[in-house]
Amino acid sequence: MSSKKKPDQELQAARTSGFSRRGFLGTASATAGAVGGGLLERPAQAAPPAGIMGPGEIEITLTINGKATPVKVEPRTTLLDALRERLEITGAKRVCDRGTCGACTMLVNGKTVYACTALAVDMAGKKIETIESLSAGARPHPIVPAFANHDAQQCGYCTPGMVMASKGLLDQTPNPTYDQVKAGLGGNLCRCGTYVGIRKAVLDAAKELRATGARKNGGSNA
Amino acid sequence: MPDYSYPPMENRRVIGKRITRLDGVEKAAGKAKYNSDVRPKGTIHAVGVFSPHAHARVKSVDTSAAEKAPGFAAVSVVAKPGAEVNWAGQEIAFIAADTEERARDAASLVKVEYEVLPHLVREENLAKAGVRGKPAGEQVTGDPDAAFSASGTVSHEAEYGIPVITHCCLEPHGQIVAWDGAANQIKYWPSTQTVSAVGGDLAKQLELPATNIHVHQDHIGGGFGSKFQSDVWGAEAARLSKKAGGKPVKLYLDRREELTIAGVRPSVFGKVKLAANASGELTAWDSTTWMTGGFAGGGLNADLLPYVFRNVANRRINHTAVSTNCGTSRAWRAPNHPQVCYITCAAMEDLAAKMKMDPVEFFLKNVDKTARADTYRGQILKASEMIGWKKNWKPRGSSPGTVKRGLGLAVGTWGGAGHASQCRATINPDGSAVVEIGSQDLGTGTRTIIVQVAAETYGLPMNAITLKLGDNMYPASGASGGSTTVGGVSASTRKATVNALDKLFAAAAPSLGVPADQLEAVDSKIQVKGNPAKSMTWKAACGKLGVSAIVETGANDPRNPMGLTTGGVGGCQMADVSVDIETGVVKLNKIVAVQDIGLVINPKTADSQVYGGIIMGICAALYEERVMDEMTGRFVNADMEFYKLAGAGDIGEIEVQFEITPDNDKRGVIGLGEPATVPTIAAIANAVANAIGVRPPVLPLSAKNVLNALHNTTRRFA
Repeated sequence: MSSKKKPDQELQAARTSGFSRRGFLGTASATAGAVGGGLLERPAQAAPPAGIMGPGEIEITLTINGKATPVKVEPRTTLLDALRERLEITGAKRVCDRGTCGACTMLVNGKTVYACTALAVDMAGKKIETIESLSAGARPHPIVPAFANHDAQQCGYCTPGMVMASKGLLDQTPNPTYDQVKAGLGGNLCRCGTYVGIRKAVLDAAKELRATGARKNGGSNA
Repeated sequence: MPDYSYPPMENRRVIGKRITRLDGVEKAAGKAKYNSDVRPKGTIHAVGVFSPHAHARVKSVDTSAAEKAPGFAAVSVVAKPGAEVNWAGQEIAFIAADTEERARDAASLVKVEYEVLPHLVREENLAKAGVRGKPAGEQVTGDPDAAFSASGTVSHEAEYGIPVITHCCLEPHGQIVAWDGAANQIKYWPSTQTVSAVGGDLAKQLELPATNIHVHQDHIGGGFGSKFQSDVWGAEAARLSKKAGGKPVKLYLDRREELTIAGVRPSVFGKVKLAANASGELTAWDSTTWMTGGFAGGGLNADLLPYVFRNVANRRINHTAVSTNCGTSRAWRAPNHPQVCYITCAAMEDLAAKMKMDPVEFFLKNVDKTARADTYRGQILKASEMIGWKKNWKPRGSSPGTVKRGLGLAVGTWGGAGHASQCRATINPDGSAVVEIGSQDLGTGTRTIIVQVAAETYGLPMNAITLKLGDNMYPASGASGGSTTVGGVSASTRKATVNALDKLFAAAAPSLGVPADQLEAVDSKIQVKGNPAKSMTWKAACGKLGVSAIVETGANDPRNPMGLTTGGVGGCQMADVSVDIETGVVKLNKIVAVQDIGLVINPKTADSQVYGGIIMGICAALYEERVMDEMTGRFVNADMEFYKLAGAGDIGEIEVQFEITPDNDKRGVIGLGEPATVPTIAAIANAVANAIGVRPPVLPLSAKNVLNALHNTTRRFA
């Protein structure tokens, strides 16, 4: 690592300044674990250019639930594994590990992301919201008690992902129809069979959120 | 002997109430710690090397390069040279390193040489099984041949099949384990359905006394029957820990391994012939079935055929278990039942269609061949009403248009009596109350119902009870399987708390001036029965204990449950589906379930058990299938993209009905996890056959299987 800058800053700088060789290499190295070394073959023969990450551990800073959090990861480390194995933020679960089941759902810059298929190094500088954020305040986000009240979980292993997918849905669609709830949670799978409670919980939380919003805005009805 | 019976229904304050599960918020907030979330200081990571061949002999295992890999900590070779591997995914070696990524790197450097041997991985064609098929002896009751040829008899003959499906627990099998070699003590954090017994199982593998193993588990991410053992990976993780100087080793299967080697449900395929007389009464049954439970897995109890309608006078049963080079089967929620339910109820629906009878009428006509004629009659009528059978049912294949609607029904049964369970109840002089039990909460609500029972006994609010479970230092309680937990733990908790309360009455009686048996515990008070004026607070009563706590135990003995728990329930489900005959896509509109039930401790979590059972059945009916590749011998869809489960939009609407009545209450507590999942598959399959006019014989009801049935291109078994 010859760069004086922190790698994540480097990567971010390259990204924001548009395409650059450095940015390309940074991105390429970050995905090398998945696509094999082919892309890097030629540059690797020369002296390692500045900005390349890895193959060993590097320190990056992730913004998790509003807090800048330094973490050492390999470029191939997923966002999910960085949180679970290196930061002990274990609410999100690793289940399919292939972007199918949604148990690792987080919000990144407000959008739902499968953290098992996002590389940690790609997440530097982005706003990461995890399940832990929903109960960080004095009162939990209404989706949390709604899940409990509707018994929307059994073993509970899919639940943090379901709750985050629900949050993602409600952030974008505050007044969802029943069909929108079903579709909005289509990227999350449960094995115990808790969908009946989940569907009710999301509709209920939406109602509560609208009522809270209305109270805050001084209105009587959302 | 104290009276352990529950208070009359009308007097209960906590039992029978729709209490929200105690760990609901914790789980929904992502705060519940599963053992796969636990990370003791110094934890290292292990991964496995698994056979890519379905059948092979190991020639050599070379770990030398792996041992030089960065971060390497320890290696353990399971399959020594000469060992035969019998399924793809069988364990060869395990490697530990400082991080999981580096453990995978090291594992990729292990060189294994195999002599590849011939394999058999598909069982649907029995003729190809050869010597791998082990037929059980034929069983004959009555004279089936005469019955089939009797005049006026209508018979039907067809083939049916359900493929192998996998448990697909969301939390994979695995554990953290730390073996302190000097003290020879093991700390074990498994994902287990049996906290009290899994340590002993690990001890046996490691040849250690069971008492040297401390098991702890707060939450488990699904088991469904597949998590009773400590398994090869449990023992190897322990050995790696010892080799690494006692560092905790984290070893969880990845998704492919989880689906491939950590448990599947046996398949069943079969040819069925059944007959009824002109008025629709079943007269004869003849089935030749076969299945696989993997290389050496469990079988299928074909003696359960015909299912539920047991008293068919003439019956012939042939059954063959086929050993295949596939991952071994494990118990699966309601072992045997969903499969034999499908075979029976599908064949009955087909015969009814042939006889141009309404299947509801046909099933009703035969309820006296079941062990619970009145129960099933009532359930079938109730379910018919709920789904609007009379209005919505049409004879098979007469639904118009290209999207065809159909209705189907099925019935099931299960035991569900409580398992052996011990509980320790402590009442401290400061008034605190502790309940300890070596059980586990699979997400069924076990924690919640234990606390409800204790709070009911003591007349205390639920939050006054401290429950400790999930650890083998607490009194041993049974494995959570077969819907036996709720009956077992409720009975042992009731007995322990009644015993403890009796001691508290004895301590308080002198101050209240009456004999102890004249006291009751109500509203956080100990009072003279029916006389709130003569009372003292719970806390004051506990103060009479001086310095000694009350410590009492209670046990459920399954041979004498004293009326607190029983088994034996029936259930009926009906499904309403739409099938697009151009695409073959089945859409579930609605399922109704009428479930037989005993004393209900928590109707809210009971509802969830029934919903969950039905949804699991929906997954199996519509989507689930392990696909084995004949050429490579591998499980080709061992992931969650191509091994399909139902999502939130795939389950239609579900309506559940069970009757909380004094008559049912008298039966005591009966487990509910298994019975609700039994009839779902057959009900949906019958609805599809009713809709499209033909029977897709083999599940799942995928577009492929539905279209094949419609175009009569279904591959026959033999």
